[in-house]
Amino acid sequence: MISLPGLKHNTGKTLMTHAVLLTYTVIALFPILVIIVNAFKSRKAIFKDPLALPSLDSFSLAGFEQVLGRADFGLYFGNSMIVTLISLFFVLLFGAMAAWALTEYKFRGNLFLAVLIAMGIMIPIRLGTVSILNLMASLDLVNTLTALVLVYIAQGLPLAVFILSEFIRQVPKELKEAARCDNVSEYKIFFTIILPLIRPAMATVAVFTMIPIWNDLWFPLILAPGESTQTITLGVQQFIGQYVTDWNAVLSSLTLAIVPVLVLYVIFSRQLIRGLTSGAVK
Amino acid sequence: MADVKLSNIKKSYGDTPVLHGIDLDIKHGEFVVLVGASGCGKSTLLRLIAGLEDISSGELHIGDQQVNALAPAQRGIAMVFQSYALYPHMTVFKNMSYGLKIAGKGKDFIDAKVREAARILHIDHLLERLPRELSGGQRQRVAIGRAIVRDPNVFLFDEPLSNLDAALRVKTRVEIGKLHKELGATIIYVTHDQVEAMTLGDKIVVMNQGRVEQCGSPLELYQHPATRFVGGFIGSPKMNFIDGKVAALGGDHIEIQLSNGCRSRACVEAGDLKVGDPVTLGVRPEHIDERSDAGTMLSGDVTLVERLGEASFIYLTLSDGTEIVVRGSGESTVTTSEHIKVSFAPHNAHVFDSNDRALRRLKAGNVHSTAELAQLKAVGQEAF
Ligand SMILES: Nc1ncnc2c1ncn2[C@@H]1O[C@H](COP(=O)(O)OP(=O)(O)O)[C@@H](O)[C@H]1O
Ligand SMILES: [Mg+2]
Repeated sequence: MISLPGLKHNTGKTLMTHAVLLTYTVIALFPILVIIVNAFKSRKAIFKDPLALPSLDSFSLAGFEQVLGRADFGLYFGNSMIVTLISLFFVLLFGAMAAWALTEYKFRGNLFLAVLIAMGIMIPIRLGTVSILNLMASLDLVNTLTALVLVYIAQGLPLAVFILSEFIRQVPKELKEAARCDNVSEYKIFFTIILPLIRPAMATVAVFTMIPIWNDLWFPLILAPGESTQTITLGVQQFIGQYVTDWNAVLSSLTLAIVPVLVLYVIFSRQLIRGLTSGAVK
Repeated sequence: MADVKLSNIKKSYGDTPVLHGIDLDIKHGEFVVLVGASGCGKSTLLRLIAGLEDISSGELHIGDQQVNALAPAQRGIAMVFQSYALYPHMTVFKNMSYGLKIAGKGKDFIDAKVREAARILHIDHLLERLPRELSGGQRQRVAIGRAIVRDPNVFLFDEPLSNLDAALRVKTRVEIGKLHKELGATIIYVTHDQVEAMTLGDKIVVMNQGRVEQCGSPLELYQHPATRFVGGFIGSPKMNFIDGKVAALGGDHIEIQLSNGCRSRACVEAGDLKVGDPVTLGVRPEHIDERSDAGTMLSGDVTLVERLGEASFIYLTLSDGTEIVVRGSGESTVTTSEHIKVSFAPHNAHVFDSNDRALRRLKAGNVHSTAELAQLKAVGQEAF
């Protein structure tokens, strides 16, 4: 055998990297695993040994039956879907459009707007909760999904603009100029040339935007706590009582709530892999 | 008909002037090459003509229309970019047809146009591929094809060959020349390569630091460079320059006392030069003879010999330190550190005054017969 010190070193390094990443993955996934595992166990089994896998004895779908049996679960689920998807759509659309305008055109107030939006990344929107609530009350939007959608768009835009600007800046200048020579309008350039090229970035932004919205408890609790406008995270809370908590139902509904995000993530992550502008120039 | 006329075109980026008043007349169907060192403003000028940048001042006419304020697409131009700028997510067919589709042309019309262009450029078999699946040369053709289908009055090329390897560059150069004949359109072509300029251009515009240095046919530029810059820029290897002073004025020539102590005769119009004025003598490497009997004699130490096979470039250092290059024969036996004598004929000399403007040459480019040559040689030797 020929010894290759370089290779050996690399293997060691790779092992280290993998060890660190695996540890992180385990730590990150452990709570989720516990939720999913316990969702399929009877109440007694959950308390007896929370870490055990469901066995023939302890296996139970009681939680799911309870959750799905209640008519409003579908409603909460639907509310969450509507709010997340509509917010996501507008964050991506407006984010990309704003990023394009800020990077491509020179106009008065360009820098001011860019700074303002960058500040939106640093200052958490929750600081403005009281004003937002006042605003929504005056607009008569309390207990509507519109209120949530509006807030989430505002919450998602800054980071979206920031990330997408970076990517739009990387689209070669000549591509836009070639399109202008082809008499393509500025709107068409944006929608038919720029958007397809920054699709991987859009997917990244979509993932980053979607998850906090889906998981948010704060704004649904404050702006839309009404029976008909509760989102899934808020809906789950009704199983958590002051004295008794229906753990089966809580864990089952959380398990169910993971599914749509997972599906969306899989869809977006397929876009992430694709190259950005390969073949555009040179 | 689409003559292009530039009148006193200026361009500044902020406070930095880039073009200082360009005047240019381009006839319909002409192949005009803008050539100059990197950063001299060639691309900027082309982009002004295309309408991709605003003209700071001056007027641009295409055809009989003033187009300063028109958008690129309304000017009847098509541009081929140095980086090709193909739409990466569209197939070759879509890349070429996109402009026509935007213009609202019928499907059959578009199809016919694209196929015709693809046929001319030999890319018929690539129409369904994406740009990333093409080689550099093929992308280059697609970029040209995209320009052709639009039937522009004026084609604008910005260094289209600079991303190709040497062999492909020569091949594509020839094809662009043919394409010009075939299409009969006006072409404005930017390059920093003087060989491309000489071989392709009907007319060459030499630019230097945002100004037009000289504009003329390739041979005109070669035989009658108007300034020292053009003299040095056109031709390879570069023209040799030797400082000197006017020693005597003749009817059809002047005599120059060179800095290395030699005295040379040059067949140029004296203009308002006086004896004693500083001048620069220019002579091309290919016009210096390895033998010492052609006219003015120079002697120096050989510092390097580059052997190309068909010729040898001999680098000489003259007694005063001036370095010159001589194009010797391929069979030359000269070796490094040898001391040799070389010579050139007076009708091959260029003379530039202290402002670097050339004096009119009297016998350039019209010397062909050996009899004439012999006669001129005699005149040259008389000088000593
Ligand atoms: N957008 C711009 N902003 C400021 N300066 C520019 C810009 N574009 C080009 N320049 C300057 O103009 C000069 C000419 O550039 P360019 O026309 O690209 O030169 P060339 O094509 O002859 O190499 C350069 O000095 C360059 O730095
Ligand atoms: Mg350039």
